[in-house]
Amino acid sequence: MRTRKDLLGLEDLTREEILEVLDTAESMLEILERPIKKVPTLRGITVANLFFEPSTRTRVSFELAEKRLSADSVNFQSTGSSVSKGETLKDTARNIEAMRVDMVVIRHGSAGAPHFLGRNLQAGVINAGDGAHEHPTQGLLDLFTVRRHLGRVEGLRVALLGDIAHSRVARSNLWGLRKLGASVVVCGPATLLPAEVERLGVEVAPTVEEAVDGADVVNVLRLQLERQTSSLIPSIREYARLFGLTRERLALAKPTALVMHPGPMNRGVEIAHDVADGTRSVILDQVTNGVAVRMAVLYLLLAEKRSEAGTALERTA
Amino acid sequence: MELFKEKAEIVDALEMRRMITRLAHEIVERNKGTSELVLVGIRRRGVPLARRIQDRIREFEQAEVPLGMLDITLYRDDLKTISTQPVVGSTEIPFEIDDKVVVLVDDVLYTGRTVRAAMDEIVDFGRPRAIHLAVLIDRGHRELPIRADYVGKNVPTSRREIVAVRVEEIDGRDGVAIGEGPE
Repeated sequence: MRTRKDLLGLEDLTREEILEVLDTAESMLEILERPIKKVPTLRGITVANLFFEPSTRTRVSFELAEKRLSADSVNFQSTGSSVSKGETLKDTARNIEAMRVDMVVIRHGSAGAPHFLGRNLQAGVINAGDGAHEHPTQGLLDLFTVRRHLGRVEGLRVALLGDIAHSRVARSNLWGLRKLGASVVVCGPATLLPAEVERLGVEVAPTVEEAVDGADVVNVLRLQLERQTSSLIPSIREYARLFGLTRERLALAKPTALVMHPGPMNRGVEIAHDVADGTRSVILDQVTNGVAVRMAVLYLLLAEKRSEAGTALERTA
Repeated sequence: MELFKEKAEIVDALEMRRMITRLAHEIVERNKGTSELVLVGIRRRGVPLARRIQDRIREFEQAEVPLGMLDITLYRDDLKTISTQPVVGSTEIPFEIDDKVVVLVDDVLYTGRTVRAAMDEIVDFGRPRAIHLAVLIDRGHRELPIRADYVGKNVPTSRREIVAVRVEEIDGRDGVAIGEGPE
């Protein structure tokens, strides 16, 4: 990670790089428990959060991570900005860079937008979700949450339920889980599974029961009602009946199984109320861990830059 | 430490043991007991040294002094050398430090920048009544107005020299050696 300028997806990362982020996040998590939840590490660094799609959780999580590390951050939202006046992505980014920003966190509706910026900017780029492609920090925080609760990722059986085709969370999870040696089983309506999904090295289960059976982790994806998915399923009620994670279905998983969801949840659709609030749910831990993982990513990508910017002093003894 | 040519061992294992025992006595004497004391070792070699001071105090005072550890990586002013440190180590201070006397423990006092970073980190955990500094070796060349309260041994050095404290727990043996650095 230290040699990288950008974090664009888990597909590009090696197993060692993923583990480096997870190990660093352990130390970052401790900072969040302190009375003063702030360290001076990224003082003098400026991060721009560019959100071209609505987001609350991810944007707040990045903002907190930046503040906990003492970076300065600025937020750009597409609504009401120059983007709605017809400016191109490249021009927007170049203007931001002209303001001497060191890192750009971008969420965009088009797959590849962060890669485009990464090629065109000197500043580092972190992908905070690009279309249906990847959401690497969500993938990393899911891996981190699994490892913290179950002690490992290798050898686990992880079920991903729901809209796999439109889910960047699913794609980042798939890459990360495979690289760390977990086996992945997916299940969802045929219209919401990508063509030839088996070629990604996952098992496809015909029913939720078969997917959940014996699972160590059940990661329930959000039914993205705001996207085009509504025309791909007969009705939300039928989806809930056939694919929703209920208490009865969860009982088929291992007794220690974790229930995860990237949020925001459609309660009663992809996940039942009592499962979301149940003893196996680690959904709120995912949110806490998200801040620590994003701190780790910012630190690993920026630490070297910070020392160039600041007064480089000889090594202490 | 791997890149250095050893010139001489200046402290052997037995002498190091005596130095640590003396440091432990001085800490207890100056604080008139152990009731307000907490020990915090600075990673990496400050941690085993702090643990040994804690062991000695337990032996001769029958008192348990809380022991914490500090990783100052995130507080450094020279993160350029970070590539030599694979992972940010964890800081563990699982007790209240408000109104306590925090004794920071490190192996070598040199420029004082590590201690500056450690003090900045400590005050993020609370407001101690005082912060003291115990080091095994003070080699001079301070760049900040910092001094140690308890010193195992003063060792005059040149800036080109390297002082290597070795501890059983990390290096397999105890002792202090002086050598020439690379260049």
